[in-house]
Amino acid sequence: MQSQTTSYLKKNKKRILESWMSNQLTDATLREDLISNEELHTQSEDLLNAFTKALSSGNFDMESEAYQPVVDILSDISITRARQGFSPRETSLFVLSLKRALQQILHDELKNNIPLLYQEVLELNSILDSLSIVTTETFIKGREEIILRQTDEISEISTPVIRVWEGILALPIIGTLDSARTQVVMENLLEKIVETGSRIAILDISGVPAVDSLVAQHLIKTVSATRLMGAECIISGIRAEIAQTIVHLGIDLSNIYTKASLASALKLAFNMLNIEVRRGEKKSMGY
Amino acid sequence: MDRIPILKMGEFLLVTIQVDLYDRLALTLESDLMNMVSRTEAKGVLIDISSVSIVDSFMGRILGNIASMSKIMDAETVVVGMQPAVAITLVELGLTLSGVHTALDVEMGMELLRNKIGPKPNEEEDLYDDII
Repeated sequence: MQSQTTSYLKKNKKRILESWMSNQLTDATLREDLISNEELHTQSEDLLNAFTKALSSGNFDMESEAYQPVVDILSDISITRARQGFSPRETSLFVLSLKRALQQILHDELKNNIPLLYQEVLELNSILDSLSIVTTETFIKGREEIILRQTDEISEISTPVIRVWEGILALPIIGTLDSARTQVVMENLLEKIVETGSRIAILDISGVPAVDSLVAQHLIKTVSATRLMGAECIISGIRAEIAQTIVHLGIDLSNIYTKASLASALKLAFNMLNIEVRRGEKKSMGY
Repeated sequence: MDRIPILKMGEFLLVTIQVDLYDRLALTLESDLMNMVSRTEAKGVLIDISSVSIVDSFMGRILGNIASMSKIMDAETVVVGMQPAVAITLVELGLTLSGVHTALDVEMGMELLRNKIGPKPNEEEDLYDDII
């Protein structure tokens, strides 16, 4: 059955767009800082065109192929909005305000035939509801992608390998150590050892909030791998609570060099490399 | 059949593994190396595995065995140039090669071996000069 909505829609396309735009523009939550009016207009027009075309296929099933372009355009818009920092409410309002505009048109056209108006509005509602579900779903998916990317970035940023002296590397670990992060830490450290030919690596764990048996095991693994490569590993920054936990858990760190602070680890490293640091005569700095 | 060359450098033996070790080759290397140690009375064995990209538990065990056998014959073993991926694999396999000394490259390995066996009596003075 060819719905009458389609013909009304085609006839009043310009008005619908105008009323939709004004709906969006008058909304209190409109983010003019994030999106320009022209851009909003283009997005709305694209979607409305695709929607009219899909409706004229006479099909009201969202799963059908006719709606694929609509879903594509909508997904694009929601993902872009997720990246731009729109809230879920603002993103769904984009589609929901179209619903209001369409209902207004149908009401104007059919106000003398209430049963038909009711039926048309029902059909329209079901389609636009599905579309708004699509919007919300893609929005959430977009947000999840962003979160995943940020997680990766954080784990990379938070494990820098620093060359503190010729032949000495330091790796300050900040945040909780889990298996995936330990893998990244271990690989970064070993690569850097090969690259710089450093004989000593200092693992500073003063930024690690808690150590459990798994984390300790990961640390021991890292130390063993470093030893296999021919370098030595010193663990520093072990705080009182962490020392207590380690002993209570029965973890044996006796054949690993451990120091309380990065400074004393550096001192030990100097000792192992026969480097001597002395306070000398004060010289002019030359600038 | 393939053989891995064993070079004699003064009191040390130098083995550079340039191909991936398959099991038979590793066993041949082990016996060749032990014969060589006993014939030359070497004081140290230096094994360079910087070109080896794949290891398995068998190879890890062979390296451990070579170290223990050499130790009995009064020679220290140093493995040098292990790739990060190889080190991670061995650790994951639970092989920490406890009897084996390691160094980053051949140069550092040689230095380590020299320190391990200590200076010869008549060279003591020269070495002392070097350090200063």
